[in-house]
Amino acid sequence: MKRKSLLLVIALLATSGANAGVVDDLLRQYQAQASQPFDAERAKALWTAKHRDPETGKDISCSTCHTADLRKAGEHNTTGKPIEPMAPSINPQRLTDAAKIEKWFKRNCKGTFNRECTPQEKGDFLTYFRNQ
Amino acid sequence: MSKHIIPITLFAMAVAGQAYADKDEYRESHGASMPVKNELYQKECGDCHIAYPAELLPARSWEHLMNKLDKHFGENAELSEDNRQALSRYLTENAGDRSRGSPGKLLKSLDRSQTPERITELPYFKKEHREIPARFYEQNPKMKSLSNCEVCHTRAAQGSFAEGEINIPGIGRWED
Repeated sequence: MKRKSLLLVIALLATSGANAGVVDDLLRQYQAQASQPFDAERAKALWTAKHRDPETGKDISCSTCHTADLRKAGEHNTTGKPIEPMAPSINPQRLTDAAKIEKWFKRNCKGTFNRECTPQEKGDFLTYFRNQ
Repeated sequence: MSKHIIPITLFAMAVAGQAYADKDEYRESHGASMPVKNELYQKECGDCHIAYPAELLPARSWEHLMNKLDKHFGENAELSEDNRQALSRYLTENAGDRSRGSPGKLLKSLDRSQTPERITELPYFKKEHREIPARFYEQNPKMKSLSNCEVCHTRAAQGSFAEGEINIPGIGRWED
């Protein structure tokens, strides 16, 4: 029994360590391709900046679906599907899976800005998200 | 005393679990249920909408959809190439016109020359929902369209669309 508990503690430590590591690893990769240090304030401004959707002619931003407050739940613009809060302090599942982070950067940057985000922008966003 | 509680609880849980398993098997054998058992599909597609059972479209529709995920009903839904290929294979292999024992009636009246993009375009779907007035869903912010199966079909996420499980928000139970 004691041994089991010990293994569980080790497993938990390994997991929480990996989660912080996921963001740190991505930030290191992005920083190698970015010219400036990451800035949460710059990401915050981009988060609510409006962009014209060429297909619908409507202005959208990240906050259209996610809301301007990362601690709040959002709702998908067209389907109405609830979106869990982005803030890891409220939703510990966030920023725990590098492939998922990359997948959603690709989809949502293209969907909102009509282009992929640069490593600088992705690093800014992650720096903004992780401290919420 | 407490020594016995855990085994008894475990036994009770096992019995309850068995009962549910039997019920699901019964439903499956009677074609009423199309549970989605592909974890990758749930994970990659289920964030935005329920993982629609593959049986609900013909293989040609899935192929078409999976080849233009960058333009997916007004959204960018791109996947990694590995995942796209794996899911394309899963969806076409289990499509309504391919999988064994699936409810063929869903695609029965679909013209072979047509490649529907939406389940809601299927003649069978339209027939089943013809009595539902548009105001039930168009004005309901939780629903918006008939694509959000799970809002009314309370067991849609388990692949079940039986009539007795329908509960329309603001309206209640629904029977033909």
